[in-house]
Amino acid sequence: MDFLNALILLLNYIFVPALAYGSQLAIGAIFVTLIYGILRFANFATGDMMSFGTMVAILFTWYFQSIGLTLGFLPTALIAIPFAILFMGLYMLIIDKFVFKYYRQNKSPPVQLAMVSIGVMFVTQAVVRIIIGPSDRRFFDGEKFLIRANEFKEITGLNEGLAIKSTQVITIVVTIILVSTLFWFLNKTKTGKSMRAYSDNEDLALLSGIDPKKIVMITWMIAAILATIGGVLYGLDKSFKPFTYFNNMLPIFAAAIVGGIGNPFGAFLGGYVIAFSEILLTYAYKKFFIYVLPESMEPDGLIQLLSTDYKFAVSFSILVIVLLYRPSGIFKGKIL
Amino acid sequence: MRKNLNVITAYSIMMGLIILVGIFQSWNIALSIFNLCLISAVMTMGANIQWGYAGLINFGIMGFTALGGLAAVLISVNPVQEAWSAGGTNILFSLFLVIGIVLAVRFVLKRYQKSKIRNYIIAAIIISGIIIIRFVSEPGIEAIEEVNPARTGFLGGLGLPIIFSWIVGAFFAGGLAFVIGKVALGLRADYLAIATLLISEIVIAIIKHEDWLTRGVKNVIGLKRPAPYEVNLQETDWFINLVEKFNSGKLALISDLSERQAALNQFVIEGSSVFVKLCYSGLFLVVVIILLILTQKALYSPWGRMMRAIRDNEEAANAMGKNVVKQHLLIFVLGSAIVGIAGAMLVTQDGLFTPGSYRPLRYTFLIWVMVIVGGSGNNFGAILGGFVVWFLWIEAAPIGLYLVNLTTAGLEDTHFLKVHLIESVPYFRFLMMGIGLLLIMRYRPKGILPEKIEIK
Amino acid sequence: MAFFEGKNMTGGYGKGPDVINSCTVNVERGEIVSILGPNGAGKSTAMKAMLGLLNLKSGSVIIDGKDISKLSPQDRVKEGISFVPQTKNVFAGMTVEENLEMGAFLINQDYSKVTDEIYNLFPILSEKRKQFVGELSGGQRQQVALGRALMIKPSVLMLDEPTAGVSPIVMDELFDHIIKVKKTNVAILMVEQNAKQALNISDRGYVLVTGENRYSGTGKELLNDPRVRSSFLGG
Repeated sequence: MDFLNALILLLNYIFVPALAYGSQLAIGAIFVTLIYGILRFANFATGDMMSFGTMVAILFTWYFQSIGLTLGFLPTALIAIPFAILFMGLYMLIIDKFVFKYYRQNKSPPVQLAMVSIGVMFVTQAVVRIIIGPSDRRFFDGEKFLIRANEFKEITGLNEGLAIKSTQVITIVVTIILVSTLFWFLNKTKTGKSMRAYSDNEDLALLSGIDPKKIVMITWMIAAILATIGGVLYGLDKSFKPFTYFNNMLPIFAAAIVGGIGNPFGAFLGGYVIAFSEILLTYAYKKFFIYVLPESMEPDGLIQLLSTDYKFAVSFSILVIVLLYRPSGIFKGKIL
Repeated sequence: MRKNLNVITAYSIMMGLIILVGIFQSWNIALSIFNLCLISAVMTMGANIQWGYAGLINFGIMGFTALGGLAAVLISVNPVQEAWSAGGTNILFSLFLVIGIVLAVRFVLKRYQKSKIRNYIIAAIIISGIIIIRFVSEPGIEAIEEVNPARTGFLGGLGLPIIFSWIVGAFFAGGLAFVIGKVALGLRADYLAIATLLISEIVIAIIKHEDWLTRGVKNVIGLKRPAPYEVNLQETDWFINLVEKFNSGKLALISDLSERQAALNQFVIEGSSVFVKLCYSGLFLVVVIILLILTQKALYSPWGRMMRAIRDNEEAANAMGKNVVKQHLLIFVLGSAIVGIAGAMLVTQDGLFTPGSYRPLRYTFLIWVMVIVGGSGNNFGAILGGFVVWFLWIEAAPIGLYLVNLTTAGLEDTHFLKVHLIESVPYFRFLMMGIGLLLIMRYRPKGILPEKIEIK
Repeated sequence: MAFFEGKNMTGGYGKGPDVINSCTVNVERGEIVSILGPNGAGKSTAMKAMLGLLNLKSGSVIIDGKDISKLSPQDRVKEGISFVPQTKNVFAGMTVEENLEMGAFLINQDYSKVTDEIYNLFPILSEKRKQFVGELSGGQRQQVALGRALMIKPSVLMLDEPTAGVSPIVMDELFDHIIKVKKTNVAILMVEQNAKQALNISDRGYVLVTGENRYSGTGKELLNDPRVRSSFLGG
């Protein structure tokens, strides 16, 4: 019984939250890696692009709510996503046309493109703050919990409750669908394969007759889908705040590099590596050991490896270690 | 000569703008802009040495600035005796342990061949070391943080004049840069950017949460000043006389004696804060000029030539026997040290240390905008970039407000769009920075004042 | 009139000096033609000019009687000209099968028959069709590169130093493959460093020096020409 309690404890405080957070990071990391692999630069506007997409989704959600259109127990934001993707894609294509295209055609070094993306970051940040403001927004509606901790305790008769938020389930389900569709697209369709070919060897792709303009456009469209969905899922689960989204860029970068930048599958796993290590290393295991160990050996302290203040620092340290020992990432990068 | 003319014109326009602010807004605002421009200029010089001289991307400016700030606290605050007696020994012992771990790791690295086992040994040393340190330091930290937490709760500093911290800050930042450089300089340019960005976040996390050292988010306020205090000035005779002389024309217009006294008091209060700011300006200007002379000398020295050679063609320089790795490390440390000075200057002028205020947008990306806009590789350009960008950063809100009022002049004051736009005025600075950066990168990629040396 | 011909080509890279000067190269279907010469003679440049990778100042490129001097490289691919670069000539992160598929990117109908033909030509690729090309040996990679280029059923195949950096045994094997390709009625133009071996399998050859035609003739003639022997074939 104690063992079961301990297990539920870990599930409730570590596994489920880490899985949801990891999914959100994973989507962002695939976004980063895709841009890096095909357009060949580190996009410092990642977080702000995600916040742009989320902002549009929030505006549509408000509109739908105002005309009384809801999804019942599911959040209204889910219907807003397709519209938001459309706007996000348009925004990205406009930016590409007026900003990135010039440097791509001049074959500028990646560093210059990264600098340019900082300009885009500033602009996007301004646009988002001017339109929706800098404050915290919650736009979740519908049923909040799938299982409440109390209900779970009643059903199972255990001491420990397991609470599963509906946003966590939505996050995980959407991530599975989105990521598997993306991998199917990249590995099985002709267009997807030509994107991988372009990422792998640009000159040879051109010699094979692959149209770079089309590749770039499709890449931005996929990026728009990833940025919007990733942003909305995070916003539903926590809340929307432009500054937080900017900061999320950092663990997302960490995930992409840990997974091997340029490799979408690596980025996907990298998201979970970062999320799990952040939560595993900063969780206080006291209660867990109380359940598992005999009474005489019960611990005094919190049994916490690192204080939760260092959550971000954990993921960055992992990144630094990975960069030192395996700069190409755990899952080998630079292959799309 | 024509090129020098560009520099002179650009700087004259800049000074003219600041003087305009002084005339139309107030001299107080103009001087605080000017002072922060000077600090920004020091930061951009640091970043410019790394980027412009050597092509190294340092997105960790924020971390080095914060370390400089930390130095200001540790140098100037008086030591908290109680805290030292409560937990000082534990902290010192932990410090020895840290040194011990570093030495042990070094020993293992030197002694044994590269192998998996060696990695495991190192990992074991570090992990067990961290656990021991936690056990040793925890009671000490708790004891320290319990000492009068509302006012101290930390070890305090050395109680020396704060000006020393400018040098110590440089050493702090340089020391961190040495470690980062050893680890990360081999990385590709964009990886280095990301790595330094993340490492600087780690530095901030530590400063924010190690309360026994920095008071963390509780902030350290009331740091000592290298300049006189306004309150004291307002009671000093020579200062009052000076203000009186300065404003004698205006004062003469007022006939009533008590009104005249009140006006004088007002002038003295304003004058005192202007005077304090001028003191800072003087100090900062000295730093900027010294650094400018040194960096210019370095740029035109054989060493500077070598650095540019390495920047422009690393492989060729390497083939000619230049130790690229060593030079990169050196320049990374030097540049970061300069940023550290700026960090200490900033805290000195504010008189307070607020770890929560260090954010990458303000302390990393904005500095980079300054470097790019001003002209990388050119020290005059970098300084100008610091001035122009900081000026716009501050004045963006009034300019934005003016533009909003102009474009929405046809709308009523209560129109929702106008209200919304006026509320959003503070964010126009981001827009201005972004568009400015994009335009400069597109149409004047070498900045306002491009690098002058032509490599033939 | 030869099937594929670059006539009096003059040009260089960007705004730089002319690398090739009034250089003429031609090849018939079912023929192997080698371009030889010392380093910096403009061999690869001549080939790239025919592919459209650099702008010609004067001269023309003609295939089957049609002037294609103004077409982009991609459009020339559509005319049936395939090119195998010297380095980075495969998609290393993709499988053998996917590499061939990318070669057939421009073909919109079913190309499974072409794939089968290529697997017949290079049996080893058929075995390793699901493997990543990055994991294959140097010789096998060159076969993948050839296979990719053959997917559009080209009438002209251009090879830039196909045997650079492979062992002598693999080189012989590769030349055998190239002869096999020639027998499918493809015009083959190649630049080679291993002049002797290349001339052995070539029907004709050109020797370029400082961007100009110096000698030309059949493979045998060039092999036996004392001037060519002394300067380029090492006696």
